[in-house]
Amino acid sequence: MDIIASYGTLLIIIAAAVGFFMAYGIGANDVANAMGTSVGSKALTIKQAIIIAMIFEFAGAYLAGGEVTSTIRKGIIDATPFMDIPELMVLGMISALFAAGTWLLLASMLGWPVSTTHSIIGAIIGFALVAVGSEAIQWGKVAGIVGSWIVTPAISGFIAYLIFMSAQKLIFDTDKPLENAKRFVPVYMGLAGFVMSLVTIKKGLKHIGVNLGTVEGYALAIGIAVLVGFIGKMAINRLKIDPNADKQMHFNNVEKVFAILMVLTACCMAFAHGSNDVANAIGPLAAVVNIVEHNGEIAKKAALAWWILPLGGLGIVVGLAVLGKKVIKTIGEGITHLTPSRGFAAELAAASTVVIASGTGLPISTTQTLVGAVLGVGMARGIAALNMGVIRNIVVSWVITLPVGAALAIVIFYILRSAFGV
Amino acid sequence: MPSNAFLGVFAKSPIKPIEEHIKIVHQASETLIPFFNHAFKGEWTEADALRVQIRNLEREADTLKREVRLHLPRGLFMPVERTDLLELITHQDKIANKAKDIAGRVIGRDLEIPESIQADFLAYLTRCVDATKQASEAINEFDELLETGFRGREVALVEKMLVELDAIEEDTDEMQIRIRKGLRNIESELNPIDVMFLYKIIEWVGELADIAERVGSRLELMLAR
Repeated sequence: MDIIASYGTLLIIIAAAVGFFMAYGIGANDVANAMGTSVGSKALTIKQAIIIAMIFEFAGAYLAGGEVTSTIRKGIIDATPFMDIPELMVLGMISALFAAGTWLLLASMLGWPVSTTHSIIGAIIGFALVAVGSEAIQWGKVAGIVGSWIVTPAISGFIAYLIFMSAQKLIFDTDKPLENAKRFVPVYMGLAGFVMSLVTIKKGLKHIGVNLGTVEGYALAIGIAVLVGFIGKMAINRLKIDPNADKQMHFNNVEKVFAILMVLTACCMAFAHGSNDVANAIGPLAAVVNIVEHNGEIAKKAALAWWILPLGGLGIVVGLAVLGKKVIKTIGEGITHLTPSRGFAAELAAASTVVIASGTGLPISTTQTLVGAVLGVGMARGIAALNMGVIRNIVVSWVITLPVGAALAIVIFYILRSAFGV
Repeated sequence: MPSNAFLGVFAKSPIKPIEEHIKIVHQASETLIPFFNHAFKGEWTEADALRVQIRNLEREADTLKREVRLHLPRGLFMPVERTDLLELITHQDKIANKAKDIAGRVIGRDLEIPESIQADFLAYLTRCVDATKQASEAINEFDELLETGFRGREVALVEKMLVELDAIEEDTDEMQIRIRKGLRNIESELNPIDVMFLYKIIEWVGELADIAERVGSRLELMLAR
């Protein structure tokens, strides 16, 4: 108890710093995944991708980022055993953030694909194990997370497959692909706008104090969707169509239409990523702030301090601006025959899955959904080459991230404990 | 920071290099037309310059073929079978090899083609080059095929192109019979060894079309899966 009383401000500052560090790592590494397909298919330049990512990551974090936070904070470990020893909870959350951030940066430097979400979950499990023992961990929830390694890619893969096949049926496999692209692409745009605005309205707006009823929410979402589709149609009409590009199917021109759509899905993806992954950085931070502000009392339900979400969003944006450029740049070259239409199917599916999962509070990894979505488009025979070996490695990394995050958190936790003399 | 591992998911696609390869291969076979035009007139220095050009194209094709083979690692998830792609590019490459052999053999002997069959020979050669061109065009639909997931309208389009390729190849067979007959009528007046070589060259030119057809049937097999 003394610790929290005497070092309260210091603890909050430390937690904020490591939370920012974690968010920085997320921005620097994960965002490249999120923006990768857009840059790879040449729908966006790197500069455009970074600007879009900055705006929408922040918006996603701020408008729709609140829901997952509570899952990480309360879902993985049971707070009850910590009631008498809140200082351990505080130190533990700090070490979890530090461990996850370290692992994230280390892995990125070594080029390993790790899930930020799983690093933080592993780290939280780790410190809880040594702080109070295995009974504090809600193993059922952990099993759910392990299950999400299969379920999430499956869902996003399925959605991606459906989107890709519908584009095939409606646009590519028709007599006049170009005309059909002009007709249907605004519909896809509206769909993307709908998913994004619906989740923002239903889950996010209450964090900034706006509450809308179900009917109003849906009406507004549909309204935004129609507006987005309309703007998209205007953008498409301004497109220069080159009649000589290819004689038979006009696919080059069709891809130009899809490239416009790709800009929108890139926004979606950044938004979804922000809404889901910012929680990784701020969840534990929010827990620390809560405990300190209530003088060691672990509240069952507590409001998020106003500055926490913006801090996480800012961390992601700064990380992206400073380090993200390099990572995104590597994407432009070397990527497969990835056209806007394929990239779009993968991205919209991944974004929808993340946004939906973010809405239901399941802490899923953006990497997982993207891998799943890319596989889905591949299954529809839409992507020329996928490297199954790498996919296998990524799946392995999902599994090892949990124990590594846990081990790191345990080490840091012991160091912090001796430093504060608990 | 090293390249992101997630991006490693996207392997380098061999589709573009395969399209590029057949374009070069077709160029090599196409160059045989000006080559023979010079050979007809006995302009051997100009012809040799074109032979060098064909050889260079063949080498370029070889490099590209090797690259495709190297960049096609196991564990790639492709809309087409990996072995099919490897076989396709092997067959494609044979067109360039054949073109190089023809030019080399003609230059090596300063082989004169008798005037009475020159017109027929040129028509025959042009038709064979048509076949490689048709094959090249069909292969160049590859990325469009991919776009449609090897289904529907685009498949029908490519199949039509392949039927056309078959027709061209049949044409060349008939032309070959005619030109052999033409050569037989005058063979007593010519150097017997030259005649042997001429028969060989005629056969090889015909093989250009044969191989082109084989490339087409490889593509057809992929469509059938």
